[in-house]
Amino acid sequence: MSAPTLPVEDSAVAVVNPSGYAIEFDNVCIAFDEKVVLNGISFRLPHGETKAVFGVAGSGKSTLLKLAIGLLRPDSGRIFVLGEEITHMSEQELFELRRRVGIVFQESALFDSLKVYENVGFRLAEEKVPADEIERRVREVLRFVELERTYDMYPSELSGGMRRRVAIARAIITDPEVLLYDSPTGGLDPVTSNTIVELIVKQRDVYKTSSLMVTHRLQDAFTMATHYFDKAANKMVALPRGQRCEVPLSFLILRDGKVIFDGDAHQLATSRDEYIREYIS
Amino acid sequence: MAFELELISPIEVAKDFALAVQEYTLLSAQSVANFFRRPLYMGDMLQQADLIGVGSLPIVVLTGLSVGALLALNSASTLQQFGGISLIGRLVSIGMVTELGPLITGLMVAGRNASGMASELGSMIVTEQIDAMRALGTDPTKKLVTPRIGATAFMLFFLTIIADLLGLIGGYAVAHLIFGVDTQQYWTTTWQILVFRDVFTGLIKPVLFGFIIATVGCYYGMSTQGGTQGVGRSTTQAVVASSVLILVMDFFVTKLIFAVFGYR
Repeated sequence: MSAPTLPVEDSAVAVVNPSGYAIEFDNVCIAFDEKVVLNGISFRLPHGETKAVFGVAGSGKSTLLKLAIGLLRPDSGRIFVLGEEITHMSEQELFELRRRVGIVFQESALFDSLKVYENVGFRLAEEKVPADEIERRVREVLRFVELERTYDMYPSELSGGMRRRVAIARAIITDPEVLLYDSPTGGLDPVTSNTIVELIVKQRDVYKTSSLMVTHRLQDAFTMATHYFDKAANKMVALPRGQRCEVPLSFLILRDGKVIFDGDAHQLATSRDEYIREYIS
Repeated sequence: MAFELELISPIEVAKDFALAVQEYTLLSAQSVANFFRRPLYMGDMLQQADLIGVGSLPIVVLTGLSVGALLALNSASTLQQFGGISLIGRLVSIGMVTELGPLITGLMVAGRNASGMASELGSMIVTEQIDAMRALGTDPTKKLVTPRIGATAFMLFFLTIIADLLGLIGGYAVAHLIFGVDTQQYWTTTWQILVFRDVFTGLIKPVLFGFIIATVGCYYGMSTQGGTQGVGRSTTQAVVASSVLILVMDFFVTKLIFAVFGYR
């Protein structure tokens, strides 16, 4: 197997100014019951960039996201989020930091005993924002995901795709500086998947939010690499042929608990690594 | 079909038990400390008080009446042999207020609510709702566990008073209708026999039992592993553990109160 396009060791050595990145992993390791899931992971997510994380099932993609928001703690290594090292933060300190980070879980993880507006406005209600302000912002963000009509419904009344969009609405209502998506299109039909991808592209291009997106659907990432969100037309449009892949999107591929690729779409397309070529073919 | 029997080392079992005790103690301590930290989630506490208190009322009314009546019925035959049927009110009163009222109410509420808490929180764990809550910057022990502890301890106190009263009424019904005990004699003896120690014992126990029910139910819910099967396992374990702990706690509290106030 040939060497990865961007060697992991180089990234780790280059850690000079942690605050310059939205997220930074420095030689992070984690194991569960002696099974090593992530082994010396290092990467950096610059501000305003979206990084698509790939890997086969069980390669530690979701674990990586949970580490990034402090829901899990690494066995070794350091994690920086928005310039702050979260590795040794107390849970109370993490609660404060998490207010600046949004996450969309794999199965949406909506509170099933709360209505859509209570789910979406949960964080605002916790921050004691006045009720009329919460309603205004919930309606605004539901309009963003085109689900305003579900305002008064329970999650059980929604389809899988709608639940995923409500989860996105819940994650972005406080305008987070970083967004983490865990398989946002997993298990959805192509049309619904495209709607979700459009929302992610909209968040990337309109609000310039830094994002880590775990997925195993390569086509979603390529759509994101070849499209941008046209604010005037209010829809995602394809980039002209010469400008393709010139969007703030990079790729990270995990294999056996290690990063085997960290680079942009051009580098991915021209990679000579057999595993990567097979993966993207 | 061959079954494989996996042998577990006693040391591993002891380690797991010690770890469970440690985690339970930490969760309980943190949840109690949360009563002194803002925000307090009074709305959630009231909602839980309604679910636990008002929801448990029918079962507490029925068991209170039945236990009081059965206590009177069973003791009456013995009392009759010694010509002491007039003492039946005393016996029902002491039995219900100090022991059976708190114990039966505690066990009933444990069966109903410890299981409910374990299954609700367990389902939230397996569907990542607890992780989502943490990710949204909210402490789940503060939002979910502390209100349940406050509500259960508070409501069990009043449910026990209701069970005691209904037990006395059940005892009166048997004593008066079957054994012909005079109404005034029954109620006078039930009232006169009670001293401060009895009432104190009968009212401190439900608060402690309420604490046990909520902390055990929440602990098993929050430590659920293994999907829906794990939720079922947590629910069963919560009921068994809270019931056993209530019985053990009952013994030690009674012994302590006897040690402090002396025997009758």
